[in-house]
Amino acid sequence: MKYHTPSTFEDASALAASAPGVTRFLAGGTDVLVQLRAEIVTPDDLIDIKHIPGVKEIARTKDGGWRIGVAVSGAELGAHAELVSEWPGVVEGMELVGSTQVQGRATLVGNLCNGSPAADSVPGLVAAGATVTITGPGGTRELAVEEVPAGPGKTSLAKGEVISAVHLPPRGDNAGDAYLRFIPRTEMDIAVVGAAVSLRLDGDTVTEARVALGAVAPTVVLVSDAAAALIGSSLDDAALDALAAAATAACNPIDDKRGTVEFRTEVAGVLVKRAARIAYARAKGEK
Amino acid sequence: MTKVHVTTTVNGEEVEFLADPRETLLDCLRDKLDMTGAKEGCGTGDCGACSVTVDGTLVCSCLVLGVEAQGKKVETVEGIADGEELHPLQRKFIEHAALQCGICTPGFLVAAKNLLEKNPDPTETEIRYWLAGNLCRCTGYDKIIRAVQDAAAEMRGAA
Repeated sequence: MKYHTPSTFEDASALAASAPGVTRFLAGGTDVLVQLRAEIVTPDDLIDIKHIPGVKEIARTKDGGWRIGVAVSGAELGAHAELVSEWPGVVEGMELVGSTQVQGRATLVGNLCNGSPAADSVPGLVAAGATVTITGPGGTRELAVEEVPAGPGKTSLAKGEVISAVHLPPRGDNAGDAYLRFIPRTEMDIAVVGAAVSLRLDGDTVTEARVALGAVAPTVVLVSDAAAALIGSSLDDAALDALAAAATAACNPIDDKRGTVEFRTEVAGVLVKRAARIAYARAKGEK
Repeated sequence: MTKVHVTTTVNGEEVEFLADPRETLLDCLRDKLDMTGAKEGCGTGDCGACSVTVDGTLVCSCLVLGVEAQGKKVETVEGIADGEELHPLQRKFIEHAALQCGICTPGFLVAAKNLLEKNPDPTETEIRYWLAGNLCRCTGYDKIIRAVQDAAAEMRGAA
């Protein structure tokens, strides 16, 4: 295995594009190194992108959104008070990933590109309307986060392409987001179901909403019917029931040791209601 | 296999070694630098027995490559005591019998020290969540938590 430390994303992309064998990009390494050591994926070329300027930065963009570097760890995300106050749902999703030790290394982009349907940080990003910049052999392109996962362990990125930044849109006023997951314990587990809601209010009325579910389909899914159930409502019981119905209708989960199809589908409806209530309260400025 | 020359600082001392890029920081510490305090429990970042800090951040050294340590500052359990004088955490672990077999203890000490540097007065809940990535299969966790609380109290008093 060759270990590379390029100083630009263009170089990282060129290395990956011209490599004949298996390549992996290394940032936090909490999935890549586990797969390497278990001989699940043995890269011929390992491209460490942490030497590229800006990968550890969280920066305000001109439009009032955020640009998050690809090597920013969960702990660094959680320590950024301004980001936490604007996008608490995005941050709380990432902070649920692993232990303190894992938080010191694990990244949003790693969680996204690992391609797990149960990735805790991904529903929050999808609900937020986050996008990524992808650097490839032909230049750069922007892609919505929900377009990145293509199935369990798979992404839509082509050979030689590497995510070079994460972007969150401007939060704006009267808006809030939240992420909840179900696990049978309190910490250090993989989501059986995850649900994220981001919404904006005009007075008591929801004017914009995005809803994303994790661990109930081959990829994290954006559920537009669930968002439609919220928009125009003041989060009354009828709207919450319609939200839950739309969320359960979007479920296409597997049966496994962590949860049955029936359980996951039922819990998706429960969690999405709770997440909507938290997002609504946050949009109202309540803690 | 081409080996990479790595220069890094471990417990304040500059060291160098030749690493196969596939070797973890844990392997490099144990096999090249003879620092066997950090233990390999699971090798997948779940048990925390290999905990060290890199530039002040708590990590599992089994999930860091040796080559990534280039130019960094690594702190291990070997750096916790001041010569022959044990760190308060080490003394309190002994006083509270917060260990049996001892395999997990270096990881707990490194993780707890890192917590107390950031938060000198953590609640029991904060300690339990911070240490959730350190597994002990002997004692149960109560004695460990009490040892950390007691050490934190002593360190606050001494400061």
